[in-house]
Amino acid sequence: MTRIYIPRDMAAIAQGAKKLVIAIEKEAAARGAKVDIVRNGSRGMLWLEPLIEVETPAGRIGYGPATAADVASLFDAGFLTGGAHKLCIGKVEEYPYFARQTRITFQRCGKTDPVSFEDYVANGGYKGLDRAFQIGPEATIKEIADSGLRGRGGAGFPTGIKWKTVHDCKADRKYVVTNADEGDSGTFADRMIMEGDPLSLIEGMTICGFAVGASKGYIYLRAEYPIAEVILNEALAAARKNGALGDKVRGQNFAFDIEVRMGAGAYVCGEETSLLESLEGKRGIVRAKPPFPAFEGLFGKPTVVNNVLSLATAPMILADGGAAYAAHGMDRSRGTIPLQIAGNVKYPGLFEAPFGLKLGEIVNDIGGGTLSGKPVKAVQVGGPLGAYLPVSLFDTPFDYEAYTKKDSLIGHGGLVVFDDTTDMSWMARFGMEFCAIESCGKCTPCRIGSTRGVETIDKIRRGENVASNIELLKDLCHTMKFGSLCALGGFAPYPVESALRHFPEDFQKPALEAAAE
Amino acid sequence: MSGAVPWNEARAREIIDAHLGLEGPALPILHALQHEFGHVPEAIVPHLAEALNVSRAEVHGVITFYHDFKREPQGRHILKICRAESCQSMGAEKMALDFLAKLKLEWGGTTPDGSLTVEPIYCLGLCSHSPSAMFDDEPMGWVDAAKLEEIAAEAKGE
Repeated sequence: MTRIYIPRDMAAIAQGAKKLVIAIEKEAAARGAKVDIVRNGSRGMLWLEPLIEVETPAGRIGYGPATAADVASLFDAGFLTGGAHKLCIGKVEEYPYFARQTRITFQRCGKTDPVSFEDYVANGGYKGLDRAFQIGPEATIKEIADSGLRGRGGAGFPTGIKWKTVHDCKADRKYVVTNADEGDSGTFADRMIMEGDPLSLIEGMTICGFAVGASKGYIYLRAEYPIAEVILNEALAAARKNGALGDKVRGQNFAFDIEVRMGAGAYVCGEETSLLESLEGKRGIVRAKPPFPAFEGLFGKPTVVNNVLSLATAPMILADGGAAYAAHGMDRSRGTIPLQIAGNVKYPGLFEAPFGLKLGEIVNDIGGGTLSGKPVKAVQVGGPLGAYLPVSLFDTPFDYEAYTKKDSLIGHGGLVVFDDTTDMSWMARFGMEFCAIESCGKCTPCRIGSTRGVETIDKIRRGENVASNIELLKDLCHTMKFGSLCALGGFAPYPVESALRHFPEDFQKPALEAAAE
Repeated sequence: MSGAVPWNEARAREIIDAHLGLEGPALPILHALQHEFGHVPEAIVPHLAEALNVSRAEVHGVITFYHDFKREPQGRHILKICRAESCQSMGAEKMALDFLAKLKLEWGGTTPDGSLTVEPIYCLGLCSHSPSAMFDDEPMGWVDAAKLEEIAAEAKGE
């Protein structure tokens, strides 16, 4: 019996993993070969998906990107014993893109069966929670604080402080809510961990629940991730069956359970207060802060709202200690960040590394430059609310504060690469259009400003009073930035202003065309 | 989608009742209703308002806030094409607009034979294989004009 791994990650499915599995089963049956197919998560080398991994005495050998059409030749080449084939990448864990990483949050992703409790425990799972039980809630929170972990959703708020605030609140009921509304374009790390190692999120939420005194957790998952929903529910069932959730978690006098709740296509629900409104069954309208959710969150009770990656990193921090995590990184950005490299790029994927990598290294050395082969024009970092950075800023280190200094943000760690055919005035217009579509409507700068922004950029693109309309647009951006209630309206100006600042020629096109005639 | 059944008030009430034990049951109920009937029919609003002890206006407000809840029946198949930045970096916008023009549709429109509804979506998390799309429940990467044509034909053929 040969064990082979084929991901059930959404990216692998989108590239034909289901047909590949069927083809391998059929071919194996026809040839009398015995195979045990494990559906793992993705290793993050997404251009190689679907990536088949074959377990051999020498280690796991990879073949990718494989389609159903490659199956016969793979069998002919003896891939079940690691035979040579044009798709063979050798030992997966020695493949340079993988070997160069510092995999902490993603240490198990792609390695294990995501819904096997035994596999999770055999690979270090539940060491973190067991240690939390040993040292108690206060010391658990101290470990998180010592690790320097900051909210990976984008805001970068220190996780330890959030947990301590909820811990210190007196209430009859508290909640742990995972923000899994990963709506930023160019990001997929949350999806990958939920599909590839969901038990790390479940353990992290349980640690958080124990530390702050909460008995109930919710995972607010975006509707665009139906495969993650299925896998999370399978993993939750496995955790319950093995006593890791329920009335006596791992035999301790601590009750905790988790429910998955689906969003319904509203980007703004990734904003934590809007998310809480949505969980309560209301319109996802942003709440004014204060009160912060740590004091009055879900149903008015103290609530920790954390990103998937923040919570999925907690088990390792507890198992190995906060200092081990803090040993990585730079300045006030401690630990690792799972970078997501996407868009027009040769090697799109997830690359977990300590903070501090230069933007140019990420795009060129790791991402391999553009897929189209044309020069890079801009990289949007941090999703639709993040700035467009030109090649001249390629020496910027990946760090919360370094990006803030360049009027940009790292957000959730997503990077989208654009080549030189991109019209940045169109991308700026799209930024405003997206904000107009997704605005919750509560505050005027965001609701009205975004629509006025689209109209003004349209005028600029048509060549109407370009100089004065650019002034107007800058003024509008200023109003939205400082007058909006939340990050949607407040950050929507970043892509627009950065496009104006770094690519002014793209806003002068009609005038240039007129001059040329 | 093809699995949707005709409106049935008794069944709708059953769905509502089955979820009332949850904290904040409105979204799970709306998802379940849409899954059953293919959209959230207007006729359910008073029942839902009563069950949740809120006004009809509030229920209406929730249904209309979320892009995913549809108030009208949709096509037998639904194609969602990503319009977000990563897919745009690989030419998704032009590809989608050309496809819509060919079908003589606007975003959100349904073909006259009711076979296909084409919607925009803002990120499927498949940014490594842009442009991406979702046809009913099937995610797809590296979508191009030819693949879109195949989908339209497949939807029509059934």
